[in-house]
Amino acid sequence: MAKTPVSFQLNGSEVAIFVDGGQNLLDALRRTVGDLSPKFGCGQGTCGTCTVLIDGEPFLSCLTLAELAADRDIQTAGGLATGPNLHPLQTCFMENFAAQCGYCTPGMLMAAKALLDRTPNPSREEVIEAISGNLCRCTGYEPIIEAVLEAAKSMQGRRP
Amino acid sequence: MSSLEFRKDLFADERDDSLNEIGKPTIRQDILGHVTGRSPYYDDHLFDGLLHMRCVRSPHHHARIRSIDCRAAESMPGVRRIVRPEDVPNNLNTLLSLIGFGKEDEPMLTPRKVGYRGEPVLAVVADTERLARAAVAAIRVEWETLPHVLDVEAAIAPGAPVVNETYPNNTFDYYERYDHQKLRFGDIEQGFADADHIVEGRYRMSPIEQAPMETCGAIAVPETNDRFACYTSTQALFFSLATTAKLLDMPSSRLHFIGGTVGGGFGGKVDSVVEPMSVLGAMLTGRPVKFTWDREEEMQVGAPRGAELWDIKDGVNRDGRIIARRFTGYFDSGAYTRLSSYAVVKGTAHLPGPYTIPNVASNVYCVFTNRTPATAMRGFGITGVDYAIECQMDRVAEAVGMDPVEFRILNAYRDGDMKAHRRLAKNTALIECCQVAAQKAGWRIGPQAARQSSLTGGGGQRAEIPETVTDHEGRIGERRRSRIPNEPLLGRGMKSRIPAGTTRSEDVVAAPPQRPDMSADRQDVLPRHDIGSSREFEAARSRPDQQPTRSAGPESRGDLPTPGPGRPSPQTSPQPAVPPTRTLQRPRVSRFIAGSRRR
Repeated sequence: MAKTPVSFQLNGSEVAIFVDGGQNLLDALRRTVGDLSPKFGCGQGTCGTCTVLIDGEPFLSCLTLAELAADRDIQTAGGLATGPNLHPLQTCFMENFAAQCGYCTPGMLMAAKALLDRTPNPSREEVIEAISGNLCRCTGYEPIIEAVLEAAKSMQGRRP
Repeated sequence: MSSLEFRKDLFADERDDSLNEIGKPTIRQDILGHVTGRSPYYDDHLFDGLLHMRCVRSPHHHARIRSIDCRAAESMPGVRRIVRPEDVPNNLNTLLSLIGFGKEDEPMLTPRKVGYRGEPVLAVVADTERLARAAVAAIRVEWETLPHVLDVEAAIAPGAPVVNETYPNNTFDYYERYDHQKLRFGDIEQGFADADHIVEGRYRMSPIEQAPMETCGAIAVPETNDRFACYTSTQALFFSLATTAKLLDMPSSRLHFIGGTVGGGFGGKVDSVVEPMSVLGAMLTGRPVKFTWDREEEMQVGAPRGAELWDIKDGVNRDGRIIARRFTGYFDSGAYTRLSSYAVVKGTAHLPGPYTIPNVASNVYCVFTNRTPATAMRGFGITGVDYAIECQMDRVAEAVGMDPVEFRILNAYRDGDMKAHRRLAKNTALIECCQVAAQKAGWRIGPQAARQSSLTGGGGQRAEIPETVTDHEGRIGERRRSRIPNEPLLGRGMKSRIPAGTTRSEDVVAAPPQRPDMSADRQDVLPRHDIGSSREFEAARSRPDQQPTRSAGPESRGDLPTPGPGRPSPQTSPQPAVPPTRTLQRPRVSRFIAGSRRR
């Protein structure tokens, strides 16, 4: 099958890969690039575990063709931390017990980051709306909502 | 010495137990990996040359395979192997065979007849997932559909289709003598006869899918030392390893299982289905093989919590005391046993709820239907029973005109009470729990209920074990005389049942009514009507080195009772002061209540 060269920015680094026709971005990131932080949950766009940011907007990478990533800026949970320094969202998720099995966490973090980048001081309702496309089966949503609100508070006055 | 004291003793020089962690927030030790996306789930291991496995599954609930045509799939490029039932070295298993419980009833790939929709009959190993899906779609299976049964009551009705040929009655065999799990305590029929009110209720619970965010899956990789590494989502690593070793007929030392990071399980990842499949794929191709369920498979073939149906009959006095409670329960096991046989044992061990009831009887059936096999799911065997019991408690409270919380406090078990499983209740707290819940909810309870305590009022007569009624063949419960061989039929109106412990026929040898290891110590089984009983009991209880430890019902423990000859010895089974000569009067007794296995 013909492969297409695609290059894009992944967490600030240039990446160039060959993708199969019809290959989705989740598979390209995980298998071809080797960024394993986005997870496969349903392959149908219902669970949100594969959420990544494309030019700052949350996308379900399982429903996004890899070729569409060409020349775009992609962010995943694997690139949230700067060296050893965690992003405030990560710290607040840890402190609020906002992860149990951890499988939905990378998607949750990216959905929350898209919100905070856009709305630095969100209301509780806005947080709920922002993560409404991400399912969690063990932690429950309350600690996650608290963690996002707390992260927003701790990030006041500076851009992430 | 209790287990807690023992642990303290053992680790005395390692750490103190004053960690003072409760009530303080703490950070999970694995959460750094979760928030950085670096926690290693099974699918986060990359291998060159990874092959993908997919299954050909039954579209029917119940069907026989007439023929399979794989020719088109075999010639497709990228298809490495078609895996057939004959490729499985040991293609029949039951999960709990590892602890010797139940008969082998489930093939890994089904050769002839499928019992549920989605049952795997073949597998394809191909270069990519897409090719594997295309090959599966190209395999033609000709089915002969059979009548199916999706409901427990229909499945045990006469003439129902046989779901699982290992169990032709559509019920699991308990202890090779019963088609249900039994519990008997006291005399249930006398209790109903003495009661002022009879309250009956029927409760149903649907199957519930665990729906973990990560679907079940495994990657098997041939290692360089003739072993297979298996990266898996299992919740039960060694259980899966041993099941794989058994199905594939290989020493477990050839298997190296890597797991521990599970993307949500809730019981749905103990069934060890994906691991043997992926290891077999790796054996047959010599390449790393991934076998994973997509979301649709997770929902369709992933084993859920089974459906339950409970019939409860309570006999209650005007003052609110429940004096008799009878259960008939049905667990929908689906097409195969998996863990449902155990769920029934566990559910029975939970009866009659946290209440002291002097007469309890239950028959719980593990029933096979043409539904997805059921398995573990968050307190399976318990949740449905509790739901039924507590709904019933509300109904009974209403029937006697009592406040539902006060009604529970009145019937709650207390320290020192004998539970229906012949174990003394210890560390009970239902009364306190009800009081605190009522207070927090602003629910008014009367001063008398508010004064009650789990620590007082228990024991004494409430600590006695009644004689268990057994029949000629040592079966617990009672049977129709006409079913007992060599027993002359008696006329209408005569006693049709045989009291416990009696032997009237040479051909049928009675077993002890209680096995030696379930008979309680003398000190906590005192003859009924013994005036000094509660004092003696208290005296015996105050000697800590003679705590009763061996009292447990045989049917609640999962091991087989050994039928022995003769009558019970006085040491192992105390004779009641008044032999139970009265038989139970039950006109038109349901055959599900009788002790015999259905024919």
